[in-house]
This record gives sequence, structure tokens and C-alpha cells, in this order.
Amino acid sequence: MATVLPEETPQFAFADDEELNRKLRSGEIQKSSVIVAGSNFGSGSSREQAASTLRGYELIVVARSFARIFLQNAINLGLQTVECPEIEAELGHEIEITPTEVVNKTINRSFHVIPLPASRREVAEAGGLIPYTRQRVLQKALHETIGLESK
Amino acid sequence: MSMTVVEKVLARATGSSRVEVGDVVAPSVDLAMSHENAALVINQFHEVFRGTGLTPKVWDSSRVAIVLDHRVPAESAKTATNQKKIREFVAKNGIEKFHDVRGDQGGICHQILPENGYVKPGFVVVGTDSHTTSHGALGSFAFGIGATEMASVWALGCVLNVEVPASIKINVTGSLGKGVTAKDLVLRVVGELSAKGANFRVIEYHGETIRNLSTSGRLVICNMAVEAGATAGIVPPDEETVRYLREETGAIVEEDLIHPDPDAVYARELEIDVSDLAPQIACPHRVDNVKDVTEVLGQSIDQVVVGSCTNGRLEDLSIVARTLRGKKLARNVRMLVFPASWKIYREALAEGYLSDLIEAGASIMNPGCGCCLGVHQGALGDGEVALSTTNRNFKGRMGNPNGEVFLCSPAVAAASALKGAIADPREMES
Repeated sequence: MATVLPEETPQFAFADDEELNRKLRSGEIQKSSVIVAGSNFGSGSSREQAASTLRGYELIVVARSFARIFLQNAINLGLQTVECPEIEAELGHEIEITPTEVVNKTINRSFHVIPLPASRREVAEAGGLIPYTRQRVLQKALHETIGLESK
Repeated sequence: MSMTVVEKVLARATGSSRVEVGDVVAPSVDLAMSHENAALVINQFHEVFRGTGLTPKVWDSSRVAIVLDHRVPAESAKTATNQKKIREFVAKNGIEKFHDVRGDQGGICHQILPENGYVKPGFVVVGTDSHTTSHGALGSFAFGIGATEMASVWALGCVLNVEVPASIKINVTGSLGKGVTAKDLVLRVVGELSAKGANFRVIEYHGETIRNLSTSGRLVICNMAVEAGATAGIVPPDEETVRYLREETGAIVEEDLIHPDPDAVYARELEIDVSDLAPQIACPHRVDNVKDVTEVLGQSIDQVVVGSCTNGRLEDLSIVARTLRGKKLARNVRMLVFPASWKIYREALAEGYLSDLIEAGASIMNPGCGCCLGVHQGALGDGEVALSTTNRNFKGRMGNPNGEVFLCSPAVAAASALKGAIADPREMES
């Protein structure tokens, strides 16, 4: 897996759950569908493919907590993540995500969200780490060209 | 001043007099390492520069290290072509710390870095590999990052948006008994904390047991800190760190080594007494599913693996060779031995360890880590069980979701290989 490009990965999403994998690949699960997970989601690898497979389907992940490297990679790749420590939901429920809470419309309950720290929000808002870094690379080159010290 | 070791490292790396837990900083990077996934980083690096009109160039080629170790030699045309792409990038960017598939420079990345003196106390080290945490053994703040993050490091020379992590202090006392090693200590730590117990934290190791560990043992306990969810593991540098760097690499480090302040604040403090610690086994399919070896004695095994960034060093090979000398592996067992670098391979050869192992029935493999993650050399058959000195045992890890992996120390691996089932090294005659 070490050298598999992000574009090559979506077909591997949840590969050990044949039904889920099939529904993702066939489009039966639509874009902007939400995966609701328990704690430490994404634990076990530094590889970005874990996040890029889900990004490929434009899924949103709501979890009680995330493993560190997965969370960092998700933000860097533009995969939307929502930390919601008390979330409760079953398959098929309808949920609505706002900046401060996740509302489970099916059971009529809402759960508080722990927002991303400001620094990470900036990366998420830029569309991911690549555009964010590109802005800084250009800034740095401009400063060097006009003789200012780089920050 | 009340700072932990990592807080002090980050303060230095950001040019501040102090940092506090939760501060968001952009530390400059002393060493950035990748292995075969450099091919991915290169992709993302070129993406960063796309449309800018600028030539993609790494910020400081002397601070980038690339080691080919996961699929060596290449097992497929795709891997070989990726490795070729990496060589071209290395040449174009003048990266000298490049370790190709060669006997005079090759090995597993987390052995190559310390062996060549690339890591110094107080460094900020990042790598596109979870077990980059290993380098905390030399008193550096070392952690794993994704390929896109690394592309950003190559472009800017710093890691953006690092939240200063809190530290967990683990104080270890007592002497490790015969047949009990650093691997058993770290498995115990992971079992006690659980896979998420140290999430977003750094594990800072203290105590006489730690002081008495060789650098080889310290590499083990920092290597697997990530399995407890830790961002990093770190051993405050001391005389052993200075000795290792001087004797192994010829580097003389300044005496101004980083110590935590006596009033440093920790998120949690744990005491572990190893006096009665038994050899530990991580059972399928989680690294924190840790039990005393006595609870799994007699578990049948098919493949025993000695090696990887966790336990492929001379100390490890020495234990296995001494145990196997003059004896034969059980009939039902095959053993694969992967020395962590060609330098270690040569040393083991000179000491006679490799003949001991071969005569007992082990296969000596070229340095590399493909077996650990099931991508190269040593996959498991359906229903097979591996006993391995590696660091992960998730379902499918060693190449087959229908296989099982138990993790252990080299001493347990050797004793078990003779028995043909999981065995307790303490019960062997010396």
C-alpha cells in the first residue's frame, strides 16, 4: 500500500466489509453520506490512504474521537471530520451537522461538537494542506524577491 | 521553567524561550525521513508547486533522508518504477542521505537513521512512517506524518500547525529478569495504556530501568510508543546517548543535553516495576491485547519472524543465536530472520550468529521490513499463525486476513521456535 496513489484508493474503502464496499463503489451510498464511528477512529497507520479512500467518496466522518495521524491526514486531504464525543446514531438515521452540534433528526436528539482548533480550520478552509502550502510557498518566494525576510 | 523534554525541544525549534501545552507552533525540522512512500510525497510535492511558476526544490537537502526498505529488492515492476522515480528525485535535489538497495548502505529506515548519526538529542524528526517515534530513544522529538504533510515540510522546512502535546511520565523501576527484555516492557506499557491511552500525548520514560537500557532497548520502547496512541516516545538523553553516538557514529554531542524541569507538568504519571514482569505477548488482532506468556503457552505456530525496526538489532540476533546454537527448529516451524541493516548483518556474520541460525534451520533474509506488513517476503497461508518480533498484529497484517500474528520478544521467539509452540524463555536451560 505504501506506493498507492490517492486516486487509486477509493475502491479499497472498508474492503473487509463486502456489502459496504459494494454500496460505496456502486454509488448506492451517495456523496455527503456520513459515517458515524466510535472512539479512536483511524487508529493503526500513518498512511494517508485511510483518509483518501473516504475522501474519494466525499464522505463525512463523525466520530466520538479520532486517532492523531488519521485526523491530521484527513484535514490535510480535505476529508471532513467532526468530533462528537456523545454521538448516537443507527444505520439509516438522518443527521444534520452544524458548527456546534450534530442533530440526529430521526431520534430527535442533538450532540455537542468539539470544533477544530483555529489553525486546523485554516487548512480545512483552504481546501487542504496542498493549497494552504502553495499559498505559503508563493508568499515566501515573493518576500525573497522583494528582499523581505521570510517568516 | 517547568517544561517537559518535548516542550523544551519545541521551544528551541521555534526560537521561543518557552511553549505551553496547547500552543500551536510551526517547528523547524532537523530531519525529514521517507522510505518507498517518498514516491507519494514527490507527487504531492509537485502538486504544491503546480501553477506557481517556481521550480520544486526541497528546502534543505541535507535534512532529508530517504531509505528504501519496505520492498527490497523490488517485488514488482510498479515498485521498481517507483524506486527509480525516487532515485531521479534524489539526484535532482542533491539528497545525500539516500540509502538504496546496497550492502554498503542499506537497511530498515529506523535503524539507518541512528546508525548513521542522522539523529541528535534535541532534534525535531519527522517521518512518513508511524514508527518514526523510535528516534525519541536518542532524545529527539520524533513523530510520524502523512505524505501530504511531508510534501509541505519539503517545501517549507517546518511542520505547520503542531499543537504542543502534553506528556505522560512513565517511571520504570526494578531489574528486568532473565529472559525478559525491553520488548516485554513496552508491550506491558501498551497493554496497560491501551491503543488510545496515550492519544495526542508524548510518553516520557524515566527511572533506573530506563537509565540501564542500551540504546537498542530504548529504540524498542520508543518504537512502540505509537501503539499506545502516543504522538511520540522520548528518553531524556544521558551518558548512554553520548556513548552510543560517539562509538557507533563518531559524533561528539555537546554536553548541554535536554532534561525535563523538576517542576515540569505531566498529564499523567505512571509507575511500572519490572521486577516481576513476565515475557509479554500481544495476541491477535490488537497490539494492546497483551497477556503474560504463561497464559498462551503451547499455542501452535507456523512461522517465526525475528527482525524489523523493533527487534532486528545485534542484541536481538545475539539472543536468538545463543538460544538456537547447536539445536534445531521444531519440524513444524519456519523462521525468518531480517537483520535491521547490512551493517548489523555483517556484524552478526563476524560473530558467527548467522551460521548458528542457519544450522538450526532459520532463513537469513536481506534487511528489509516487507514481511512485517505483508507486502514482501513471508506471507502467511490460510489458518497459519505467526510469532513475530515486529510491532503490529492487525488482521491481515502479515499478508493474509486468514492468518494470525502474535507479537513477542526475540527471547520468546527463539524459545518458541525450538518448541514449535509459544514457550517461556525463562524455562530454558541457560
